[in-house]
Amino acid sequence: MIRSLKTVTLVATLAFATLGEAAPPRVQIKEFKFVPAQLSVPVGTTVTWTNGDDEAHTVTAMDRAYTSTAMEHAESFAHRFNAPGTYTYFCALHPHMTATVVVR
Amino acid sequence: MDRRRFMQCMAWAGTGLVWAARGGVLSATTLDTAMAAGADFTFAQISDTHVGFGGDANRDAAGTLRESIDALNALDTRPAFVLHTGDLSHGQKAGAFDTLAESLKAVKTEKIFYIPGEHDVALDQGKEYLARYGADTYEGRGYRSFDYRGVHFVGLVNVLAYKPGVGGALGDEQLAWIRRDLEAQSASTPIVVFSHVPLWAVYPSWGWTTADGEQVITMLRRFGSVTVLNGHIHQVLQKVDGNVTFHSARSTAFPQPAPGAAPNPGPLKVEAGQLRQLLGVREVRYTEGSRALAVVERPLA
Repeated sequence: MIRSLKTVTLVATLAFATLGEAAPPRVQIKEFKFVPAQLSVPVGTTVTWTNGDDEAHTVTAMDRAYTSTAMEHAESFAHRFNAPGTYTYFCALHPHMTATVVVR
Repeated sequence: MDRRRFMQCMAWAGTGLVWAARGGVLSATTLDTAMAAGADFTFAQISDTHVGFGGDANRDAAGTLRESIDALNALDTRPAFVLHTGDLSHGQKAGAFDTLAESLKAVKTEKIFYIPGEHDVALDQGKEYLARYGADTYEGRGYRSFDYRGVHFVGLVNVLAYKPGVGGALGDEQLAWIRRDLEAQSASTPIVVFSHVPLWAVYPSWGWTTADGEQVITMLRRFGSVTVLNGHIHQVLQKVDGNVTFHSARSTAFPQPAPGAAPNPGPLKVEAGQLRQLLGVREVRYTEGSRALAVVERPLA
């Protein structure tokens, strides 16, 4: 019983540590910026972007491996990152908007 | 460049004023004076129609496009042709190019020349746009030049090499083509260059610049009369640099803030009564011999 409780606590602690370490896999587009500008996620994470601006924006890989459509206000786009690496993306409509996803 | 310095460099236009370059000297005249001067031909510019736009800044962009077409058709002189300086669509929404083509059938003119804005090409790097509008352009690349009654027109594409972190760009291949094209013209030929993103550095931190645009401006300096027309920034703005005069055009869909006047360049929300003063088209009048190209703004209200 005691051992079992300890196990539960350990699992809970690990889960908490993991959550505390990694930001939620969400990026807000606000005021012509991707927030956060750098997001760190484990392999296999699906990241979701939501446009909070009145202006249309895209989420487009620098190498064009993926792209959203032109997202209007409150529209979202999701992409799953399957391999570790540093992925830079930008808004194809406003290319001064750039950000990265680091996949561990 | 800070905002104050920027303002010092700019000549801001007032509604109803015409900037006319006569003998290389730019002067503002009233609308009536310019009209009375007569012209050999006129053409018109429409820009940033953003078909598919549905934001708060203009809930009826289809309606203001119709009004813009009415404004073109109400001109005293029928324009020989119309230049559309890009952002035909709002992010290539499905069917947007069809809708625009259908709407623009109502324009009373011989021909409409198009160049793309980033909204027309950003998603697929120009595939849809060039398939539709590339046919009579240089090798189907979207840029082209043509002559009309002694004036040489050059339509450029500065949104296909749109650079992350920079803004508009022409790219080396197009620059080489522009060099060849302009070298074939005599210095006395009036030149009209049109592009979507301004060729000059209007406000680089908002991407309102063409990274390699200065190279073209350098090529243009030997000509006696150069008029550069662009869209993209949804407002009337002028700059004079020697014999080169730059004119930014209004959109028919929604206005944008003056450079640096807002935290970002997003659509500018104004009171309903003010909106139509900030949207519209323009007429350009050419008179042979005077080297005059008079740019007449035609706001919707």
